[in-house]
Amino acid sequence: MSAETQHPFTTVIGLEVHMQLHTQTKLFCGCITTFGNPPNTQVCPTCLGLPGSLPVMNRRAFDLSLRAALALNCKIALFTKWDRKNYFYPDLPKGYQISQFDLPFSYEGHLEVCDPKGAFNPRTVRITRVHLEEDAGKSMHDETAGTADSRIDLNRTGTPLCEIVTEPDLRSAEEARAWLNELKLLLVYLGVSDCNMQEGSLRVDANVNLHVPQKDGRIAKTPIVEIKNMNSFRSVERALIYETERQWGEWQATGAEIGSMPKQTRGWDESAGVTRGQRHKEESSDYRYFPEPDLVPVTVTEEQIAEIRSAMGEPPAVLRKTLADRWKIPANDAGVLVNQGPDLVQYFEDLATRVGEGKVASNWMQQDVLRTLNERGESITDFPVRPEAVADIIARVQKGDFDTSRGREIFASVVEKGTSVAEVVAGMGIAAVDDGDLRALCEELIAENPKIVADVKGGKEQAAGGLIGQAKRKNPNVNPGKVRALAIELIQALP
Amino acid sequence: MGRWCSARNQRKVFMTLTNRSAAELANALQKGEISAVECTTAFLDRIEATNSTINAFLTVDREGALTTAEAVDASRAAGKQLGPLAGLPVAVKDVLCTMDQPTTCASKMLKGYQPPYDADVVQRLRAAGTVILGKTNMDEFAMGGSNENSAYGLVRNPWDLERAPGGSSGGSAAAVAADMAPLAIGSDTGGSIRQPAGLCGITGLKPTYGRVSRRGLIAFSSSLDQIGPMARSAKECAMLLQAIAGHDPGDSTSLNIPVPDYFTDLEKPLQGLRIGRVATHFSEGLDPEVAEHVEQAFATYEAAGATIHEVELPHATYGVPTYYLIAPSEASSNLARYDGAHYGHRWDGTPSGEKGITDFDSPLVEMYCRSRAEGFGPEVKRRIMLGTYSLSSGYYDAYYAKALRVRRLIRQDFSKAFENVDVIGGPVSATPAFKLGEKTDDPVAMYLVDLYTVGTNLAGIGGISFPCGFTKSSLPVGFQLQGPPLSEPLLLRTAHQYQQATDWHLKRTAALSS
Repeated sequence: MSAETQHPFTTVIGLEVHMQLHTQTKLFCGCITTFGNPPNTQVCPTCLGLPGSLPVMNRRAFDLSLRAALALNCKIALFTKWDRKNYFYPDLPKGYQISQFDLPFSYEGHLEVCDPKGAFNPRTVRITRVHLEEDAGKSMHDETAGTADSRIDLNRTGTPLCEIVTEPDLRSAEEARAWLNELKLLLVYLGVSDCNMQEGSLRVDANVNLHVPQKDGRIAKTPIVEIKNMNSFRSVERALIYETERQWGEWQATGAEIGSMPKQTRGWDESAGVTRGQRHKEESSDYRYFPEPDLVPVTVTEEQIAEIRSAMGEPPAVLRKTLADRWKIPANDAGVLVNQGPDLVQYFEDLATRVGEGKVASNWMQQDVLRTLNERGESITDFPVRPEAVADIIARVQKGDFDTSRGREIFASVVEKGTSVAEVVAGMGIAAVDDGDLRALCEELIAENPKIVADVKGGKEQAAGGLIGQAKRKNPNVNPGKVRALAIELIQALP
Repeated sequence: MGRWCSARNQRKVFMTLTNRSAAELANALQKGEISAVECTTAFLDRIEATNSTINAFLTVDREGALTTAEAVDASRAAGKQLGPLAGLPVAVKDVLCTMDQPTTCASKMLKGYQPPYDADVVQRLRAAGTVILGKTNMDEFAMGGSNENSAYGLVRNPWDLERAPGGSSGGSAAAVAADMAPLAIGSDTGGSIRQPAGLCGITGLKPTYGRVSRRGLIAFSSSLDQIGPMARSAKECAMLLQAIAGHDPGDSTSLNIPVPDYFTDLEKPLQGLRIGRVATHFSEGLDPEVAEHVEQAFATYEAAGATIHEVELPHATYGVPTYYLIAPSEASSNLARYDGAHYGHRWDGTPSGEKGITDFDSPLVEMYCRSRAEGFGPEVKRRIMLGTYSLSSGYYDAYYAKALRVRRLIRQDFSKAFENVDVIGGPVSATPAFKLGEKTDDPVAMYLVDLYTVGTNLAGIGGISFPCGFTKSSLPVGFQLQGPPLSEPLLLRTAHQYQQATDWHLKRTAALSS
């Protein structure tokens, strides 16, 4: 159930997403951007902000961010510039961040999200702007009493960061989470970012308040709260649910409306499951933005935009439809596959091509491959069983070597043992049953089951099912379908 | 240490070496009449003898300079083809990063700071085989017009030791004027090469913005800063500019336009050259002696075949206020990095009795405030505050944004003027060198020393200053020429032709002859 049907108010949510671009090098210098190397080993005079150092823009980062903006249906500014955002912090070695203020490189886009199970109505979320900026370093605070110490790692400083700001178009925590999933999926499909929240390559802040209809028809609005420190999409959802309830409670207690206090920032405490007010200053911070004199403005041509657009590939929303059409699979199947990311889609298409039947391949993906991945906590790229092997099993089932359930056992065994399908089949003593042996087996069963024979003869063909279980007990390798078909044929042929 | 003995034995020769101009020295070096070691030793000894008086150098790298000189001599002996500057000593303003010498910007904030890289210009100087003698004194972070704002002591004008050499490249100007270096590198944000060159009787060129890479130049005001050559004559400035100009992919604002040969046009006569004269340059405030020498320079040009034309720069009057909004605004941001957290001066934790900074949000903020309070001098603080104020929300439009608009008008003034004239001539400064301490209590009076020079920086064009006479009390008077973007060949030629007709640039100071 979504909040909008449950509560006498509307929840209004806007998101601010920071996404690290997947580039080899930083935005304004040649340092590499690999995550996890020893602190302060990926630095140079420019990203250390040493005296006299100058930035030079990484055009690849700019093009990647263009790709993201185009996929988010944004308008692209043909002329854009850089600005300095001034503030003091130890992880910001220049004392300013190079960002974009009044002329972002893109603006006015949108990204739609819908829930295949219909938990909420499809929602188009407008994107206010997407701009590019450099990331700050990382501060690590040792809170140990008496020996408190802060350490700074500047490896991340200067990593290209795309900031995506939405309009307040989301109406529930659930929608927000789903929209973030869709955004992440899109960015991963575009190859723009790896969107790894643990490594900090995707960070989300949320702005939320409630719109409460009043008896006189007026809509009262609660003060907007910005929530920070959310480390996963699940946290975003939980924090928004908590904050919605908290604001509702506060509204009922105080009736405080927007404008009655400065905008509040609250931090999400994951373990306690609550948001907590962060100390806010009397005056809002003044970043004293001004044009960055060390960089020249960036111009973009229509040709460059067309080039980037043509190399972009299909975004997930389009791919879902393409996949359903191309392989004649249900929309829900296509949705599940696409939502797993481009690597899994590639796996599926490889399998479907080999099998030649999309629906069969999709069934195996959904019921076997995905389930196994979930159980093993593995991603498709680490999965040891390649599409060739799955296609091999399916081919044997289709050929009638064994039935689907037997095929599943073989698949599980291939996953577990890490051996080939042929080896597993041989190891399990599975061999195709010779037609002569099958006929002999069926004749034997007919002789042993006069009641079934009489029923079938009398027109109740489904009675033949009773023979299958017996056949499997006599020879586990028999194909149930073949047993059934041959048994009926033999019974009908009886005088 | 054989070289010290030989140095002492030949001291007489060396003393006369320092009297010779860079062009003469280059010639003698190329012909093998003198060695780079001899030449370098002569200047090092001259510095040793005079620096305690002048304080032009903050760092002298005797060891490094002689090592470079030896290497040049060895290359020459091995018959290697060397550039025209090989073996020539040069002094470098302490605003340029040198990885083998401290780079302090004459600030306590960067005391002992040693950069891990060389500025582009320093790389080019090394590649040209020049011998870097050391780093010259300056106004702290290049902020000032008298060189009195140095954390390491003021610089004295070699023509009158009680007077200022001008600034901010006062150390470089004084070094050349006092024969402590034949060539020097300066930087010019609002006149910092041309004004001290004028007050010290030498020649200094501020190239077009982007002609020389700013990479490794410690930023004061990024959109105005430009590095340039300082020497006795325009010809020697051409030699030095030839070595340091050029595109640098490491500086996004560096011009990717080929560097011309600055000697090609030098000897062309000035017949038909149109020189602009701005009437308002000669209004109230201009010292009569300065006016007289500047007018004489115009007469000299006319005699050489040039024509003088009145031009207008209607917005020139807004130059100084515009400059003092844009430059401090950028400086307030450029100097934010000196926070005591990463390098440079950090407050050691001892409580100080300073007033006014008592309300700290956190120990971190206290460290920032106290480190900056201790590390920066008063003029730097004044400009950081001016700039921070003009960029603040609520004031931005009235100050910084408006200054940017006026800057465009000033640039248009010059473009329009250059439709009718080839260069614009006039005074560099309203007065000759002023007394030390004369303006230190009056920041606005000090800011007005930039009156004739800031326009060049705001417009991003080129300017050159050179001596055009001496006052009755033997103080040099400077003449300034401003030219359109990339007019360096014309500016150098116009100055060189003047120096062919006059000998003001050859005059040496007697103040240090003892």
